[in-house]
Parts: sequence; C-alpha cells; structure tokens
Amino acid sequence: MTMETTSQTSKPARPAATPSFSIGALFRRPEVGAFMGMVLVFVFFAYFGFDRNFLSPFGTSSWVNMASTIGIIAIPIGFLMIAGELDISIGAMVPAAKMSMAIACGYYGLPFVVGLLITFGIAFVVGWINGMLVTRTNVPSLIVTLATLFAVSGLTLFLSLLLTDTTSQALTSPPVAKFIFGDYHFWGFQSSVFWWIAIAAVLYYVLHMSPWGNWILALGGDKESARNAGIPIDKLKISLFILTAMAAALSGVCETVLSNSATTTTNFALIFNCIIAVVVGGVLLTGGFGTVAGVFFGTATLAIVQQGIGYTPFDRNLSSLIIGVMLLIAVLMNDTFRNMATSMSTSKKGK
Amino acid sequence: MTAPVLEMRNVDKSFGPIDVLHEINLKVHAGEVLCLLGDNGAGKSTLIRTLSGVHKPTRGEMLMDGEAVNFSNPKQAQQMGIATVHQFGGTYPLMSVGRNFFVGAEPTKGWGPFKVFDRQKANAIAVDAVQKFGITRITDGDRLVGGLSGGERQSLAIARAVHFGARVLILDEPTAALGVKQAAHVLRIVNEAKRRGLAVIFITHQVMHAMAVGDHFAVLIRGAIAADFRKGDKSREEIADLMAGGESMADLEASIEGYMETHEGHPPPAH
Ligand SMILES: Nc1ncnc2c1ncn2[C@@H]1O[C@H](COP(=O)(O)OP(=O)(O)OP(=O)(O)O)[C@@H](O)[C@H]1O
Ligand SMILES: [Mg+2]
Repeated sequence: MTMETTSQTSKPARPAATPSFSIGALFRRPEVGAFMGMVLVFVFFAYFGFDRNFLSPFGTSSWVNMASTIGIIAIPIGFLMIAGELDISIGAMVPAAKMSMAIACGYYGLPFVVGLLITFGIAFVVGWINGMLVTRTNVPSLIVTLATLFAVSGLTLFLSLLLTDTTSQALTSPPVAKFIFGDYHFWGFQSSVFWWIAIAAVLYYVLHMSPWGNWILALGGDKESARNAGIPIDKLKISLFILTAMAAALSGVCETVLSNSATTTTNFALIFNCIIAVVVGGVLLTGGFGTVAGVFFGTATLAIVQQGIGYTPFDRNLSSLIIGVMLLIAVLMNDTFRNMATSMSTSKKGK
Repeated sequence: MTAPVLEMRNVDKSFGPIDVLHEINLKVHAGEVLCLLGDNGAGKSTLIRTLSGVHKPTRGEMLMDGEAVNFSNPKQAQQMGIATVHQFGGTYPLMSVGRNFFVGAEPTKGWGPFKVFDRQKANAIAVDAVQKFGITRITDGDRLVGGLSGGERQSLAIARAVHFGARVLILDEPTAALGVKQAAHVLRIVNEAKRRGLAVIFITHQVMHAMAVGDHFAVLIRGAIAADFRKGDKSREEIADLMAGGESMADLEASIEGYMETHEGHPPPAH
C-alpha cells in the first residue's frame, strides 16, 4: 500500500519537458557523433598541417571545395538511404551532365540556358527511370542503379563519339553563368560551395521541418505501414531518385563550368565518396534514420582527410587508411545507436 | 432504417491467379461492432485492407452511407473517416512518438509553401492520447518508438486510429500483443467508440474478446462468408467452433488428448 503511494507521488508529472543533457544522450544523436569526428579530424590536420598552411584561406578552400562537389550529391543520396534505397548511377550522371553541357553549349554553341535545360532534362529522365525500375520491379536499387550506371556511361561515350568524334570537349561560359556555377570567389571558394550550403539548407527544411521529411523517415522505417498510412510511397521514391540525379547534374555543371571542359570518364570514386560521407554522417544503412547535418559533417570530414593529408608530412596514401578506419568506426557507432534506440529502454528508475 | 455506414456487395479479391475473397457481402451500421472471425489465412486482413483502401476489389462494390465509393488509396479512406490498425507494423522504431502518431497526417504551422511540421502540437496530442490509453510511461513525445515494448507500440497504433477514426474504426487483431489490462482497455475503447456512434470492425482469435464486444459476427472460411449472425443467436461453443474454421473444438481437444495418450504425454508438434 505504502509502496504504491510512493511510486505514485515520486512519478513526476511531466519530467521530460526539457530533455536531460548527459554526455551519453548527446552521443546518442548521430549527427553529434559526426560533428565530433569532424572536429577531431580537423584538429589533427590543423596540428600536423599548420606549418604547410592547412589553415590558410587557400588550405581551407581546398577541402571545402572538394566537400562541396561531393556534398551536393551526398545529401540526396542520404535521403535515398534513409528511405531504404541507394543510387550509384550518379557516377555516370555527373560525366553525362558535363558532356551534355559541353556538347550543347561548347560544340553546338547553344545558349547556356538551353544547355541547362537539356542537361537537367536528361537528369530528370535518368532519375525517373531509376525510380520507375525500382518501384515497379522490386529489384534492389543497388542492382537497378548499377545497371543504369553502365547504361548511362555507355550512352554518354557513344553519343559523344557519334556527335563530336571526341571523348572530351571544351566549354566557354558567359560571365554570369561562370559566376553562378563555376568561378573562384573570396578565399578561393568555388561557386559550388554556395550551392552546397543552399541545398543543405533547403533539404534540412524538407527532412526535418516539412511533413515530407516524416514521409521519408516512415518510408525507410516500415514501407508497408507507410503505404497503409496513405503515403504515396512510389511517387515519393521516384521523386527522390529524380532529386538525386538532378543534384548529380548540378555538381557536374559546376565542375564543367569551372574547368571549362568535360570528359566522358565515369567517376567511380565519387560513388564511394558519397556513400562514405553519408555513412560517416550517421545515416543508417538499413534506412529509417539520418540527418542532413550529419551528412554535411560527414562530407566535410571526408574532404578534410583527403585534402588535408597533402598539408602534412605523412604519405598521401595514408588518407585512404584513415578513411577506412573512420568508416568502420562510424558504422559501429551507427549500429550502437540503432541498438540503443530500438532495444527496450528501461526508463530511469525501474517503474 | 438508415443505410449502413460501410457495406460490401459481392466483393471478390484476387491477387493474379490467387483468389482470396469470394462474393463478400457485409454491412456495418453506426453504433455497432462487427466481429470478423476466421482461421489463419481465411482472408480477414485482406478484407479489411480492401475496406481501408490498400487494395482495390477485383469485382463488386463498396458503399459508404449507401453511396458507392471507390478508394484509390488509403488516404482517401482515411479522409472519409475510416481509421485502421493493421495487423503488423503501424509504428516506426526510429521515429519519435509524436512523429509516429501523425505519419501521413502531419499537423503543420506556418504559411504558404513553407509549412512546418508542428512538433510541439504533435507531441502533446500523441502523449496525451497514449496516456489516456493507460501507457503512463510515455511522457516525452520526442522519445523514439523503438524503445517501447511491443504492447506499448500496439497501444500507440490503436490510440492513433481512435484519434483519426471519425466514422469507422477497423482493428485487425489489436489485442494480440497486449497484456490483460491493455486488452481489457482496448475492449473498453471499442465499446466507447460504439457508444459514440462509430461503426467498428474488430478482428480477433479470442472468443472471449469477440463475445465481450460483438453485436454482429461474420465468419470467414477460405475467403467466403460462412456464417453471419447477431449476438445471442449462437452459443459460445458454437462461435468457438466457427472460429476454428468450422471444426468442432470438442473434437479438436479430444484429438489432442488422444495424441498425448499415445505419445507419452507430449502434445502434438506444432504445424
Ligand atoms: N498481396 C497478396 N498476394 C498474394 N496472396 C495474398 C496477398 N495477401 C494475402 N494473400 C493470401 O490471402 C490469404 C489470406 O490472407 P490474410 O492475411 O487475409 O489472412 P487472415 O485471415 O488475416 O489470417 P491471420 O489470421 O493469420 O491474420 C493467404 O493465403 C495469403 O497468402
Ligand atoms: Mg490477418
């Protein structure tokens, strides 16, 4: 009897109105883990790269620029992964976009805007095909997009040779286009850096603040339940594939305009870089959870390691070792997070 | 007499070559509980998935308030006030209680295209709803659902349906994962919904639960309605026999005992 009354009175009315701050709880948020990882890596390279100007504007922009070309694509890839899918065809979509810009504007001399329309039109179609194949056939998206990766890269090469007889093409862009898509600004930051930040902001709104974000999380959490709850899951998936292909096209356009040239070479490294950035950013490989901030930090971490190594006395090849170790740690941390979140949590004091 | 809230007329449902439902005729009126009974695989879940807009009937028609309806997706059914707790899932482990509660029907604030998910409102409503359900352990709407027990998750799904079900409440084995207290609470909620004038469709494998709330019983055997009767028309034993797919429970029990006698007290292997 007394037991019961004590347990009644000791129970606070609304104890959790302000989430309690403990270090443990902090680490349970994967984007915090990603942030700590980034800080750790940054401090490491700032220390060993100090003498060689890693912290100078030029040193900073070297990794930020690299991060931006990956990051523009990594966030949409993160969305797909949260929704339980993957898209590796971006490795071919980027050179396809570059070539389409260069052929349209450089070879045929079409206006820049027309080149953009053609390029993003192609990206839209590629994304739509990916989405349709995945939703209609139920073949895992890794296989579907592996197929489209080769299909798009083959088609890019074939069409380039057919139309221009070469596999690389020069492009000169009008000054405005150059400014918007591919110029160096203060501190040596490329235009793509600003695109990256803008895209991160918009997609942060989409995932964490808009109702669509809830749909994406639900889709990755439990597809059948999401369907039962009235979420148009096929349309949502197709939209995410289109978004990813368009983001890849944007990244490609920025690179081409910056370098004034394009080649047909498929970018396999980019595929791995995007996946690493997303996983280091705390997105679960099994879907259902992830944050934009996490992917943002994950991308930055990856770029710091890959660019920063050149500012240190260490051998360049060690950067891959560091990234490999980081990836493993991140996967283990994500797994721990998931287990903690999904295991029956016995609340604070028995009860 | 008023038209039934929801009615199925000669509904067939097949998945390609597999016929699951044949010639289903069912009515459920406002303020009435229809218990849908039947063996595993009889087609109960398929029937309610058809009613809630997940599947389209292959043939036949569905009527709401006497008028033909054709749900092209579950959202439409929801908007017409039909809320369903499906047999499996219904919750998302890595999403918060508040977000779970409102999947597909998110409350928003803000203007124009910049609508923002109203987290505070969602959390408050969700926590309130599950607390009313007797799950007082949940006080924080930001908590991830993965940390709840199976029964607590089930309660969350039911609380959600009760919140959104304006006209019809469909519960597919809602008591399967629940403890005695929570199961009793579900039955109370069913009765409460009935009193408020909702039509309820309730699927269960437990005779006791069916007897406790049902006004009207329909038994599904291999996709066809095998019996359709009102409360008091049949005895407990008869209902139990029908729920076992038409076999007599007494016979089943006798055969188990017979088996155990000849097999040194071991029950027959499951399967
Ligand atoms: N999408 C589908 N495609 C093919 N067959 C299906 C599909 N959905 C259900 N079925 C089949 O329909 C039959 C009835 O399934 P259903 O889930 O409706 O049974 P149930 O009465 O709910 O059973 P339980 O009591 O076990 O929940 C099963 O044989 C099942 O295999
Ligand atoms: Mg079922």
